[in-house]
Amino acid sequence: MRNDGTLDRRAVAAALLRDPGDLLVVTGLGAPSYDASAAGDRPLNFYLWGAMGGAAMVGLGIALAQPSRRVLVLTGDGEMLMGMGSLATIAAAAAPNLAIAVLDNARFGETGSQHSHTGLTTDLAAVAAACGWHATATARDMDEVAALRPRLRSEPLFAVCRIAPDELPRHLPPRDGAYLADRFRRALGVASD
Amino acid sequence: MSASLPWQAQVYAALKAARITQLAYVPDAGHAHLIDAAHADPDMRAVVLTTEEEGIAFAAGAWLGGQRAVLLMQSSGVGNCINMLSLPQNCRMPFLTLVTMRGEWAEFNPWQVPMGAATPSVLVAAGVQVRRADRADEVAEMVAASAALAFDSAIPVAVLFSQRLIGAKAFVK
Repeated sequence: MRNDGTLDRRAVAAALLRDPGDLLVVTGLGAPSYDASAAGDRPLNFYLWGAMGGAAMVGLGIALAQPSRRVLVLTGDGEMLMGMGSLATIAAAAAPNLAIAVLDNARFGETGSQHSHTGLTTDLAAVAAACGWHATATARDMDEVAALRPRLRSEPLFAVCRIAPDELPRHLPPRDGAYLADRFRRALGVASD
Repeated sequence: MSASLPWQAQVYAALKAARITQLAYVPDAGHAHLIDAAHADPDMRAVVLTTEEEGIAFAAGAWLGGQRAVLLMQSSGVGNCINMLSLPQNCRMPFLTLVTMRGEWAEFNPWQVPMGAATPSVLVAAGVQVRRADRADEVAEMVAASAALAFDSAIPVAVLFSQRLIGAKAFVK
C-alpha cells in the first residue's frame, strides 16, 4: 500500500471545521493542531501539543461527559497509530456523539516526514471497522471531504482524509495546557464543577 | 462510610461521595469488586481500556467535559502511563488513579517484580502524588482524602493498594 493523498491539509481542515457552532474539537499533536488553529482559533478547540496517542481518548471522555454535544477529534495518522487500541475502546464504549477525522499523509511530518504505517501496510479505516466502528469513510477529493462534514457532526464516524505530504508553515495555537483547559471549561460552562 | 462494609465497598462509596461518574480500567483481580460495582451502577460509566495510558487521556477528557473520572490499574500498567501523565501535569488537571500492587508480597510471578518495585518512584518522577494503603481499615479514608486532594487541588494523585491488602494471587491451588 502507498498513500497517494493529494488533498491540501489546510483546505481539508477548513472544510471540516467550517461554521463550527458549538462543536467540541480535540486535535492531535503536530500539524492537525496547526491546521485547526489556522481554520480559526476558538475556546472550544482543545489542542494537544503532546500526549501522543491520546487525542481520541480525550474525545471519548468529553463525549461521555457531554452526551448532548458533538465531539470531533481531528488528528494525524502517526498520532492515531500510537493510540490504535483506543479505536477498540471507543467502539466498545459506543459513544454516539463522537467522531474522528484523521488527516492521513502517511508520514511522521514533525520529525522529518518518515513514512508511517499507513503508507506501508495499514488502512486505519479498516482497522476502525474491525474494532467495531459501524461507519467509516475515506475521502480522496474535496467533494468527498465536503460530504464528511455533516456526517462528522451527526454520526459516530471514523473518517480518513488522504492529504498530500507537504509541510506547510506552522500556524501555532496557544500551547499553555492550563490555559487551553480552563478556557475550554469556561466556554462549556463547567468551570465551577 | 459504614465500617461494617468490606473495604472494597467502602472504596466504591468513597468514589461516589467524591462525585466520580466515569471509571476506566484495565482489569485486575484486586479491582474486581469496583469494576463490577461500576458496571452495575446506572450513574457510573465504566469503560474498559486496551492499555492504561488511554485512561489518563480519558480522565482529562472527562474533566474538560465537566465530570470526574478515576483510573483503575495494576502496578504493571503504571509504566505504560508515563508520557501521558504530561497531560494532566501541563493542563493543571486533577487525576486520580487506584493502583493494585503486584510483585511485593508473596508474589509467584517474577515478571511482576520489576515494575512493582519501580511503581512508587516512577509515579513520583512523573509528578504524581503517591499515597499507599496497607490496611483494610485505612483504604476508604485514603481514597476519599486522595480524591479531595486530586480534584480540589487539581493535581495527579495515585493511591497504591498493597499486595498484602488485596491478597497475593494464587497460581497453584
